[in-house]
Amino acid sequence: MLNVIVNGENREIAPGSTVADVVRSLTEATRGVAVAVNDEVVPRTGWSGRHVTDHDRVDVLTAVQGG
Amino acid sequence: MTTAPAHAETAPAADHDPLVIAGEPFGSRLIMGTGGAPSLSVLGDALVASGTEMTTVAMRRVAPGADGSVWDVLERNGIRPLPNTAGCFTAAEALRTARLAREALDTSWVKLEVVADERTLLPDPVETLDAAEQLVDDGFTVLPYTNDDPILARRLEQAGCAAVMPLGAPIGSGLGIRNPHAIELIVADAGVPVILDAGIGTASEAALAMELGCDAVLLATAVTRAKDPVRMAGAMRAAVAAGRSARLAGRIPVRRYAHASSPAADQ
Repeated sequence: MLNVIVNGENREIAPGSTVADVVRSLTEATRGVAVAVNDEVVPRTGWSGRHVTDHDRVDVLTAVQGG
Repeated sequence: MTTAPAHAETAPAADHDPLVIAGEPFGSRLIMGTGGAPSLSVLGDALVASGTEMTTVAMRRVAPGADGSVWDVLERNGIRPLPNTAGCFTAAEALRTARLAREALDTSWVKLEVVADERTLLPDPVETLDAAEQLVDDGFTVLPYTNDDPILARRLEQAGCAAVMPLGAPIGSGLGIRNPHAIELIVADAGVPVILDAGIGTASEAALAMELGCDAVLLATAVTRAKDPVRMAGAMRAAVAAGRSARLAGRIPVRRYAHASSPAADQ
């Protein structure tokens, strides 16, 4: 298993998992959602092609009430 | 052939007076925020009552199982989202948040907000200007939340910001416009729209912002935490429109002594 940090929490995920898999584990939404891996934005079109590697920090963000 | 009344030619602005930011027209001069609403349903009703066409949202980590989203509320009502960088304390954080928002919401517009500390939530001028320069370079349309400092407003405009958004008072304080003179100085100098952002507590203060010459008002708490948010949203809409009309109409000069409005008695 891979040890990664997803939205600040330690998680174990299966080798070969992609950014798209991580997003799906958190939310059914795809629109209105953005992902950064190790602080770098991964465009939506690249989610399914980008494999998560050991110790990656994955942040999945969405719009919320504010401002 | 009938001719139009003369005033129709001299004052077309009364009917068609769009707010134009970065070349894009808005019919409403009230920009709303979404923070503090008791529910998404009340928020939706308040946004509709406000007549707003653009509304700020924040970016946060996805919380599993959260039901409904502010994004849906905006989309359903045809309101354009303006992502902000709330919660950022440095230019680097603001850049990262802005880039994520651009990806999530398909807009390169951003309300830049870099605050100095949690207690005051006052803008950090150094980090704000730094972030503004970098975001403009990266192709963003930048609307910065700033102090009521005319020189900083000028520097932000020179950096390429599409508007400047000085505070009336600290965020959520409802203290109104503490330094109207500074706001007037910013307005007098600015070549981009001036949007009064933060501090508004009630309708008369929103009207005052417009009377001082601001091009628009951005507010959230005054509506979302009012006892009746929908009713207050309507009040703000009317206040912004009234203040704008009064500004365009040109107020009378202030006099120290009376100036009779009726003819003298012996005429």
